[in-house]
Amino acid sequence: MFATKAASLLLRRSAASSSSSVAAVAFLRNGFANGNVRSMSSNVGTFDLTGSFETYGLDTAPKNSVEMTKEELLKHFELMYTMRRMEITCDNEYKARAIRGFCHLYDGQEAVATGINAAFEPEDSWITSYRCHCVALARGGTVSSILAELFGNIGGATEGKGGSMHFYNKASNFYGGQGIVGAQVPVGLGLAFANHYNATPGKPMQVAIACYGDGAANQGQIWESANMASLWNLPMIFCIENNHYGMGTSQDRHSSHSDYYKMGNHIPGVRIDGMNVLAVKEGMRFVKEWVGAGNGPMYVEMMTYRYHGHSMSDPGTTYRNREEIALTRSTRDPIELVKRTLIDAGFADAEQIKDIEKVIRKEVAAECKAAKASPKTAIEPHLYEYVFSSNGGKKQNEFPPHIRMPDFAKSKWY
Amino acid sequence: MFSAGFRTISRQRHAANALVQGQAKRAMATVDMTVRDAINAAIDEEMERDEKVFILGEEVAQYQGAYKVTKGLWQKYGSKRVIDTPITEMGFTGMAIGASYKDLRPIVEFMTWNFSMQAIDQIVNSAAKQYYMSAGDISCPIVFRGPNGNAAGTSAQHSQCFAAWYSSVPGLKVVSPYSAEDAKGLMKAAIRDNNPVVVLEHELMYGVSFPMSDEAQSSEFVIPFGKAKIEREGTDVTIVSFSKMVGLALEAAEVLSASGISCEVVNLRSIRPLDRDTIINSVKKTGRIVSIETGWPQCGIGSEIAAIMMESDAFNWLDAPMERITGADVPMAYAIDLENASLPQVPDVLAAVNRLVQRKLVA
Repeated sequence: MFATKAASLLLRRSAASSSSSVAAVAFLRNGFANGNVRSMSSNVGTFDLTGSFETYGLDTAPKNSVEMTKEELLKHFELMYTMRRMEITCDNEYKARAIRGFCHLYDGQEAVATGINAAFEPEDSWITSYRCHCVALARGGTVSSILAELFGNIGGATEGKGGSMHFYNKASNFYGGQGIVGAQVPVGLGLAFANHYNATPGKPMQVAIACYGDGAANQGQIWESANMASLWNLPMIFCIENNHYGMGTSQDRHSSHSDYYKMGNHIPGVRIDGMNVLAVKEGMRFVKEWVGAGNGPMYVEMMTYRYHGHSMSDPGTTYRNREEIALTRSTRDPIELVKRTLIDAGFADAEQIKDIEKVIRKEVAAECKAAKASPKTAIEPHLYEYVFSSNGGKKQNEFPPHIRMPDFAKSKWY
Repeated sequence: MFSAGFRTISRQRHAANALVQGQAKRAMATVDMTVRDAINAAIDEEMERDEKVFILGEEVAQYQGAYKVTKGLWQKYGSKRVIDTPITEMGFTGMAIGASYKDLRPIVEFMTWNFSMQAIDQIVNSAAKQYYMSAGDISCPIVFRGPNGNAAGTSAQHSQCFAAWYSSVPGLKVVSPYSAEDAKGLMKAAIRDNNPVVVLEHELMYGVSFPMSDEAQSSEFVIPFGKAKIEREGTDVTIVSFSKMVGLALEAAEVLSASGISCEVVNLRSIRPLDRDTIINSVKKTGRIVSIETGWPQCGIGSEIAAIMMESDAFNWLDAPMERITGADVPMAYAIDLENASLPQVPDVLAAVNRLVQRKLVA
């Protein structure tokens, strides 16, 4: 089912290290392929990534290992765990009917968003699909503003006017949050176009990435975008988050060709183990460098998985069997992988990790409470604002002369 | 060389109408300018003024524009800012919209507005709704332009008028020039506007000349949206139209004046927002109204004006129900007689106006 193997994270312990257990190492051996081992100091580790990448049309490739500090790895763990708790909160709140409409959850895919964010600079641009809560969080969002948005409250990231599929943060170069499958890709090309247009000659360009699913990957407008990206050498990354199902249709049933990283034809591609945040970061570092240097676009396929169904309306079990979901959870969960890595690198022990988890659970619960305390978005003035912009800036409202309301007598005249 | 059907308004007629209007301005240094050159001047001036403005579309650069509207721009500004795209509307429209998210100011040319249907999801869902959905975070300072409506013998798939569809969308501004002055002022305003603007030009008007006043020749000449222009003042009937049909209205008004019927011709210029006040005030003067459009009747611009007649106090001034003149409710045929019969002609306007003026209230 999964073409790439998960990265090997076996680390040779120095004789002085005492906190790891043989059992932990043995557990790792069961789930992952053996690979080369590296040694580390107490604050920096070198982690093996053999088997995490496959390339297409490239002479170079991401490195087979990545160096990471304790601080950084802990940061990734904390972000991913926060994402997980936030999405589980959404699940509960949706079932409690505090969230309406569509709700597409990202749990299982946390390593993709976290790893891309780790490799990117704040000036790189990012657009994704409706499965956007976690990218919104990574790019300048807060759990409370995301939950408040889902609750339809004024404290929401888009004042309750966007909802689950429409998070944005221009200051953080996050362009959504887009609801129409595939439409975000040409728009993402436009972000790359702007980076190219504004580029300083002699310096690497800022890149742009459009994330979309295997379900979207066959859309014509994506090929249209790839053609222009290649023609004009735009710093564009086409990122397929392959969770193997387009809504309820498995990739074998919706795609005549499912090596998505090869779909750019003459455009090179990289396939990355999307369950391993270290692999995602190193893979994206390679891609960003290549694309930013003006070599043209690249296709990136993240091999990942979503635990929930397509949305909260979909149990996700009519077209997948529970064994597959359970097996993924037990052997390839991206958060479990980071935890094991932290422990095996000696960066943290199981106790410390438990404490971090406890703190994050409490924080997310508090954020949820704060989100609920935010008042519901009021009709006046919010229904009428931001149809137009006066000077194009943030929250610079321009009213149209007339907004007709269901009852003509309640229409607005400006 | 332009050759319309024998019953459609000719280029000379437009020019004659323009002369009638322009006579008063002859004392100043007016020049005659075609609609095409006026659009070209507008784009050129705005590109010179702001480096973030660029234009893309099929054949806009090296070919000089399929209808020569962008002639000379590529030579002046180069390939960075005048961009020939592949024939992939959905892709390049979405791309331009994304560029506008990052504060560039694209002008997207659709070779004709018929091809915009390939990109309509991007226009509506990625541009029009964006500022609202993002609660004022991401604006789209973008212009979509191109020839709209009928041409000469281009048949069903290349003759559609999109005024009704685009003007129904909140978050879009929709304008449609008639004269060269309209074309220049509206285009400049569109490029300077920080919102998505749809500019519906007309292929058969590109070659028509109009006098351009000193003011209109200025590089700061912009026409504000939402304001219609009274092209001809009158007292008996209000004729409301936009784009090429304004010329038809003026021609019909000239014929009607010979029979003693005085028509007020309103050039909408702006379809969204519609200048309700000018229409209503004119109807309060005349008591009778005819709308003219080339688009299909159902849910057309005339329908919207009729709704305004119902729901505003203009209703109390009407001496007769409103008349609409629209394109025929069929796909556009190729054969010349069928094409002409599918489009509003002067006799249609005369017939509608005569029906209206026959309905006199008993004194």
